[in-house]
Amino acid sequence: MKSLAELAAIREKMKDKVVLREGTNDTRIVVGMATCGIAAGARPVLNAFVEGVNREGLAGSVTVSQTGCIGICQYEPVVEVFQPGKEKVTYVKMTAEKAEKVIADHIKGGKVVEEYTYNTAVNA
Amino acid sequence: MIRAHVLCCGGTGCTSSGSLKIQEAFVREIEKQGLAEEVKVVQTGCFGLCALGPVVILYPDGTFYSRVEESDVAEIVSEHLLKGRPVERLVYNDVSEGQEVTEVHSSLNDTTFYKSQYRLALRNCGVINPENIEEYIAMDGYAALGKVLTEMTPDEVIQTILDSGLRGRGGGGFPTGLKWKFASGNRGNVKKYVACNADEGDPGAFMDRSILEGDPHALIEAMAIAAYAIGADEGYVYVRAEYPIAVNRLQIAIDQAKEYGLLGNDIFGTGFNFDLSIRLGAGAFVCGEETALMTSIEGNRGEPRPRPPFPAVKGLFAQPTVLNNVETYANIPQIILKGAEWFNTIGTEKSKGTKVFALGGKIKNTGLVEVPMGTTLRHIIEEIGGGIPNGKKFKAAQTGGPSGGCIPAHLIDTPIDYDNLMAIGSMMGSGGLIVMDEDTCMVDIARFFLDFTVDESCGKCTPCRVGTKRLLELLDKIISGNGELEDLDRMEELCNYIKSASLCGLGQTAPNPVLSTLKYFRDEYVAHIVDKKCPAGVCKSLLQFKIDADKCIGCGKCAKQCPADAITRTDYIAPGHKLASFAIDTTKCVKCGACMSGCKFGAISKS
Repeated sequence: MKSLAELAAIREKMKDKVVLREGTNDTRIVVGMATCGIAAGARPVLNAFVEGVNREGLAGSVTVSQTGCIGICQYEPVVEVFQPGKEKVTYVKMTAEKAEKVIADHIKGGKVVEEYTYNTAVNA
Repeated sequence: MIRAHVLCCGGTGCTSSGSLKIQEAFVREIEKQGLAEEVKVVQTGCFGLCALGPVVILYPDGTFYSRVEESDVAEIVSEHLLKGRPVERLVYNDVSEGQEVTEVHSSLNDTTFYKSQYRLALRNCGVINPENIEEYIAMDGYAALGKVLTEMTPDEVIQTILDSGLRGRGGGGFPTGLKWKFASGNRGNVKKYVACNADEGDPGAFMDRSILEGDPHALIEAMAIAAYAIGADEGYVYVRAEYPIAVNRLQIAIDQAKEYGLLGNDIFGTGFNFDLSIRLGAGAFVCGEETALMTSIEGNRGEPRPRPPFPAVKGLFAQPTVLNNVETYANIPQIILKGAEWFNTIGTEKSKGTKVFALGGKIKNTGLVEVPMGTTLRHIIEEIGGGIPNGKKFKAAQTGGPSGGCIPAHLIDTPIDYDNLMAIGSMMGSGGLIVMDEDTCMVDIARFFLDFTVDESCGKCTPCRVGTKRLLELLDKIISGNGELEDLDRMEELCNYIKSASLCGLGQTAPNPVLSTLKYFRDEYVAHIVDKKCPAGVCKSLLQFKIDADKCIGCGKCAKQCPADAITRTDYIAPGHKLASFAIDTTKCVKCGACMSGCKFGAISKS
């Protein structure tokens, strides 16, 4: 190791890989992964979120995790977004493409993608 | 893209309960269920809750699985990793037996065991893969070394450690900064060494092993910092050969540090050189004493020598040497990065920072805990330790292993730091904490520890070699029922001679278990001598087994189980019974207790 910059480079490169274990994240994206969710295509959605969060360098503040069935099976794949101090947002009938938009608009931009939410779906 | 980590404990405790197989099973099962691209399996150091091993933690949820078996792995993978449903029956909960489980802790940070701990020396244990230097670097590893080499003078480093108030975690509690300062003169002109005492010898203490196994780079980094501070370029870690996993991980870490140029020549391009190697000890207790340890590193028989001269003046190969314990070193990088003032905010006035304790004995959560100095014994035992199992009563705790003393129940609210423990006749030692309940005989405990020191005395000086042996003989006399009251005074006198006349710490502290039990539990000694009774029912020679003839139904099970043929049928038939009762011939009885544990009618008692 010839310089501090080299050390810093390794630290930056590795940080995202261990940050998962710190559990101090602000935002939690939870994908419903019960049988109904998986059958409806939750796995590509989960993968899209994991990839998107890492690609955008958000891994330090955003956790992607799964949960079981939340009871609205006809709307699967269901994704919930928890942010401190804000109301939970429930997205329904998700796809990998929709996941990208949620990351861009909601997670990064702070604006809920209303058209994908549960509220919009039931009122439609 | 990795979305979840499975952390399998690879510490010694969990390894012996089969964690390596569990880890392999996870890799296999994750592959089989097609999750290899999404889930990573990582081997870590000790999580601390060794009683519940093998331990597995799943991130990002932080779910804590305990007592995992190979057959559980497929279920965890398909339920939790695939479907996101924690396998609740395996999730650790800290509710005492008998109580109803009201909620399942999804994260280990919520459990009572972890909640009130302050993990500083153990901060990376159970979090990173100890065999991957890059994971350590990700946790700010080697940043402290970078900082001292590029931004601080050696004297500034020493001043920081002095200001932090860090004291030696190996037993004595000597201020670390002062040690460094004494060794710092004449930099550049004199060959110097830094050494690490990893010869953890106290029965029951294993925090140093855990740090070596879980975070070996923290030690390497700290030793390099110490070397820079005093002007040394060579270091040794003295670790016992009985710690194969620790030795192996430390060697891997040293090799990686060399490969990354964090050990060797011209570190960070600053011209600072430092090399580190391991020396294995053969496991003699006395080699934990600093002068004996250094003699052993030099290749000689591990025997102590008189001090002064202290190692800071004349240490390894007669050169100035800084010798610190593993846990002490593990604090250093954090102090450099966060500053002496930050460290000062943790702990008590004269004992700063945290202390790791190895909880053992009659306690629910056996394992490693790290708490701020000044935490009360009650908090450690009742809250973090989960209390005494089977509803028994707390009687005493032994700190400092064979060199320490016992703390009786009425002092359970003592805030634990170096000076308080000293004041009540014990010592911090390396941090072994053995909990004893009402079934423990204090005379027997004193004998146990003394038996250990008699075995481990190196024999160089007479007070320790002969004195401890005579002390043990006096204890044996009391335990066998032949004691006289004068023996107590003789023991006290002998203890004081051994303390004041022994050459090294081993002998000087060896009488502590006897002195402290004499001080707090003298009545138990008196009971052994005057009443010829062991109140806790432990000392065999003083026990008597008896059959209550009126309760005995005459089944004869006890007589069959007796290995000494000491039980025979009498001709007495109790009212209401059909068969004659049995009786024990106390002259033949070997007091094994087989009859008592076999009797279904509670007819046999001991006193």
